[in-house]
Amino acid sequence: MSGLSAPSGQPLIIDDAEAGVFRVNRAAYASEEVFEREQRALYDHCWLLLGHESEISRPGDFKTRTIALRPIILCRGDDGRVRAFINSCPHRGAELCRETEGNRSIFHCMYHSWTFRNTGEVHTVRAEEGYTGGFRREDFHLKQVPRLESYREFVFICFDPDAPDLVTYLGNAARYLDYLADQGGDGMEIVEGTQLYAARANWKLQMENVIDFYHTVPLHTSYFRFLESTGADISSGVGGAGYDLGNGHSAVHFKAGWGRPVARWEPRWGEAEKHRLEALRADIEARVGPQRAEMICDWDRNILVFPNLTVADVVALVVRVVNPIAPGMMEITQWCLAPKGEPEEARSRRLHAFNTFLGPGGFATPDDIEVFEGSQRAFGAHRELAWSDFSRGYHGEATRPETEVRSDYEGQTRAFYREWAARMGAIVSHRVDGALPREAAAE
Amino acid sequence: MTAAPAGTPTVTASDLESFLYHEAGLLDSWRLEDWLELFLPDGTYEVPTTDAPDGSPESTLHFVADTMTVLKGRVNRLTSPDGYAESPHARTRRFISNVRLVEAEGDMVRLAANFMIARMKKGAQDLFIGHYDHRLKVAGNGELRFQRRRSILDLEALRPQRSVSIII
Repeated sequence: MSGLSAPSGQPLIIDDAEAGVFRVNRAAYASEEVFEREQRALYDHCWLLLGHESEISRPGDFKTRTIALRPIILCRGDDGRVRAFINSCPHRGAELCRETEGNRSIFHCMYHSWTFRNTGEVHTVRAEEGYTGGFRREDFHLKQVPRLESYREFVFICFDPDAPDLVTYLGNAARYLDYLADQGGDGMEIVEGTQLYAARANWKLQMENVIDFYHTVPLHTSYFRFLESTGADISSGVGGAGYDLGNGHSAVHFKAGWGRPVARWEPRWGEAEKHRLEALRADIEARVGPQRAEMICDWDRNILVFPNLTVADVVALVVRVVNPIAPGMMEITQWCLAPKGEPEEARSRRLHAFNTFLGPGGFATPDDIEVFEGSQRAFGAHRELAWSDFSRGYHGEATRPETEVRSDYEGQTRAFYREWAARMGAIVSHRVDGALPREAAAE
Repeated sequence: MTAAPAGTPTVTASDLESFLYHEAGLLDSWRLEDWLELFLPDGTYEVPTTDAPDGSPESTLHFVADTMTVLKGRVNRLTSPDGYAESPHARTRRFISNVRLVEAEGDMVRLAANFMIARMKKGAQDLFIGHYDHRLKVAGNGELRFQRRRSILDLEALRPQRSVSIII
């Protein structure tokens, strides 16, 4: 692949360690050519979250989803194995499974009545005697997605047969998925009800946003004002630290003043809940040890798994997949993950906190979307105003002790864009001089 | 329909229509403080997700499941300069039809109605289509108040409608 530049001929990234300057060319959000390259260089090769095993717990359970612009059936076969098939009849292309979810052993194609087992084999070819010569049934088994692996019940797929295995790909991010999976003694489950929404903006704006702790207080003032009005102590803000986990993955740890449904109690929840959370914490400690239990119970975290998965482990546990549809359009699918067997009252409180803060009807997400869409409209002027800045905390970063890395220092965002640029073959300038438009360079 | 106890005011479908039209007018003219007055002190405002329209807010993820405390916070946001998603706020226009009185018991009535709400802002026109499943209390003077205001979207997803930052 030749180096990819902006349509203006400028580099797509400025990464000047000496000057402590990191910038992303706004063409990266607006250009069709960049979008197409992302589909090939990222989405054809990276591991992508497809779902959670709890969504298809019984043999025959299936869900249909679109991921990386491909229609997929996520299915547990009658043999108990989880598979992902391209949702298209191998015969002539008709959409094979036309429901969003259900349970069935046999998938029936409406077009010519071919049928397929939920383990993938072609079951019946109608009037098969009409096929002679080179016809072979095995050419018409359902097409499986080349790779499917689960980690702690998170089901990932990959379209690259030669990609490294999932655990290698996740690297340090695997430990962060453990922090989620270990919250439930009997495992975790996706709660019924999916927030399916969209934004008329580039997908990377959502990825940046979830690890951007510079924006949290200024943009979401109205949410924090509401929290204060209900008696929450949020005077400590959302400070913490941001970490580059390698491979483009990152995490931000912080301690906000809100309660956590996994063992960080708030007075307004009452004494009975206090005792329940103490017992829950003891159980988690017994299972994973005190150090991990502290991470799970006391710390809030946002996680980014490259390229398009984010998790917010805060007032509730939010799993979000961001699907690029076009340079200026993303679709977002958001689930609530919770411990299996959680008492009704605790589940209700978790959902209430989720609904208030998070999601397209919450007090925060609509403001984020407003920013994304306004930015996207402005990126039409990427030739005139070329650069978005991610330089906070860059200067002096190499020698800064880990204890002084702040969540709003943007190292985690630079990690995302370095991985993006490396996989894209994007042209990166390591000198800020000469890469900037004239008017900025003149200053 | 259970017979109303003696002294309970009766409500007709026409009363319900008038109430919903009045409410739509308040919302479209962004008179949200006045709109809050239409709720009982223990009222709720609910919007289920598009894939679980029959779920209960206690056990199912929703787009919106506001108690009155949260709803007052929502209106505060929608009328504040830092409630950025709707500041400046979108133009909206609501069309309400097929209003039916489903059930009446004592001073409580359950109504069904269809809605179409257009939201216009920054070059985008989004249409929210759905139906209402409200529970209302009838006061002695015949005034109606929401005990539960539930808006169920018929959309398959908020795509491209993006969010429910307006009251739907």
